[in-house]
Amino acid sequence: MKPAPWIVLAIALAGFPWLAGEYYVNLASQIFIAAIFAGSLNLLVGYGGLPSLGHASWVGLAAYASAWMSLKLGLGHWITAPIALLGTSLVACAFGWIALRATGLGFLMITLALSQVLWGTAYRWVSVTDGDNGLRGLTRPAPFGLTMDDATSFYYFALAVTVAAVWLMAMFVASPFGAALRGTRDQARRMSALGHDVGRIRWVTYVYSGFWGAVSGLLFVYYNKYIHPASLSITASAEGLLGVIAGGSGTLAGPLVGAAIIVLLKNYASAYIERWNMLMGFVFVFIVLFMPEGVVPGVRRLWLRLKAKWKPG
Amino acid sequence: MQYWIIQTLNSLALGGLLFLLAAGFSLIFGLMRIANLMHGALYMLGAYVGISVLKYVPNLWLAALIGGLLVAAFGGLIERFILRALAGNSLGQVLVTLGISFIIADACLVVWGGDPIPVPAPVALQRPLVLYGVAFPTYRLVVLGIAIAAAIALHLLMDRTRLGAMIRAGVDDMQMARAVGIPVSRLFTIVFCLGAGLAGAGGIIGGPIMSAYPGLDADMLPLALIVVMLGGVGSLLGAFVGSFLIGAVYTFGTALLPDLAYVILFLPMIFVIAFRPRGLFGRQSV
Repeated sequence: MKPAPWIVLAIALAGFPWLAGEYYVNLASQIFIAAIFAGSLNLLVGYGGLPSLGHASWVGLAAYASAWMSLKLGLGHWITAPIALLGTSLVACAFGWIALRATGLGFLMITLALSQVLWGTAYRWVSVTDGDNGLRGLTRPAPFGLTMDDATSFYYFALAVTVAAVWLMAMFVASPFGAALRGTRDQARRMSALGHDVGRIRWVTYVYSGFWGAVSGLLFVYYNKYIHPASLSITASAEGLLGVIAGGSGTLAGPLVGAAIIVLLKNYASAYIERWNMLMGFVFVFIVLFMPEGVVPGVRRLWLRLKAKWKPG
Repeated sequence: MQYWIIQTLNSLALGGLLFLLAAGFSLIFGLMRIANLMHGALYMLGAYVGISVLKYVPNLWLAALIGGLLVAAFGGLIERFILRALAGNSLGQVLVTLGISFIIADACLVVWGGDPIPVPAPVALQRPLVLYGVAFPTYRLVVLGIAIAAAIALHLLMDRTRLGAMIRAGVDDMQMARAVGIPVSRLFTIVFCLGAGLAGAGGIIGGPIMSAYPGLDADMLPLALIVVMLGGVGSLLGAFVGSFLIGAVYTFGTALLPDLAYVILFLPMIFVIAFRPRGLFGRQSV
């Protein structure tokens, strides 16, 4: 791609807090968090052809781990963050081993069931998670003494993490490993015949995707300073999946756009009609029935058609 | 002693309710190759609709019948007009059922409110049955009986009737079934109605035990999933065994280790998936 659009985008993102009010800056931070979440899920859904309905597990696990260690053990963020990420990735190793016994809808059902284990545990294991009350009284990290309690500094922190995450996920997809992953999505048996270890490729992707889900979970708990079992629910996983397919699965930009659409819809729906779940249901049905490819590929197709029309001759 | 008898009966009654839920889920998955993620929502819808029917018809069994038929009709409409439009796109179908489950759940919240609504057991069944000085909760025994009757009826339907033979043919090899002239797409509607109706009737029959509350759908759907994965998709026997196994694990897990009951609940499923991915009685892998 030409550099000009990138420079414009970079200036727009960097300058956003100067132009917009605090409400919108916070909204943008939420979009970044959702974008990492949807982007990481897209590695599985879009590039691996493995539809997961349990991705909220990683958000919740990382968030709960970080919250529990700082509340009950009094540990600082510099140690809770790596332990939360590592621990969540290890759980992803185990879950991936179980869930990848199946593909397709079996995979979807197992990931859903496994994430329900964690959801139910978060509700019931009151001595650890405080059940329905959730864990509150959390703080945001202050790396190098820089406080992040105001909207603008958290925005830049979330932006930096998101840029790094998206870049690393893009590298992953563009790498030979990413090419092999797409091969297992399109022609698993041929990839196997070519000597690729299909199961291992999928498992590595599952864990890598879980890792970035955990990163978005840490950002989530830093942003809200609160974590509730609802963050692990089917609804939370479905929101991420809806973001991926609404934007366009298997494209890099799609889930980011989809996540932005979902966050904006959710904010407006919660503020004005208080029927977010119903609206989300209708959006699901609408997208699947009428726009199965997603917004980004749809718009791109329209754009190419327009360009072809305007070309002389 | 009394405590353990009550717990055992609780587990059997829960197993019976799970069977009403999981049998339909399993048949739908076996035949249509889709996971009907609105199955929990249909169960909850049945419970709420039954509560409204009870206001006019003061008989729980009649309310269960009417509620079940209404939910069956609703399921049939969804299958006919929405799932049919996505034929061949099973992921799309599953996502649509997920979306519809959110719509149903939120609509129930609008119509019936956020407070749990208790459902009284029929008056004749409210007094415990006393045998040899031990009191048995009568309603739970009746629920168990209903589930067993439903299991026998379903078994006869599948094993002894022409319709059942056609469904079995569709489960085993859909293309071959189509080729020999079995109207598979009509079977889809029938099985979907049947599954939805069983779930809806289960919701109201389970009402005196579980009541109706927002979130009932999200509590029941995973239970149906694990029962079916444990027992094997498309297998009635699997759904039956799996339901009572999970009912027991859930009840005794909650009684003995309330904090970790949910983890224990999923252990059998994880074990089965790890070592026998097709489930205990399934013919095809999930």
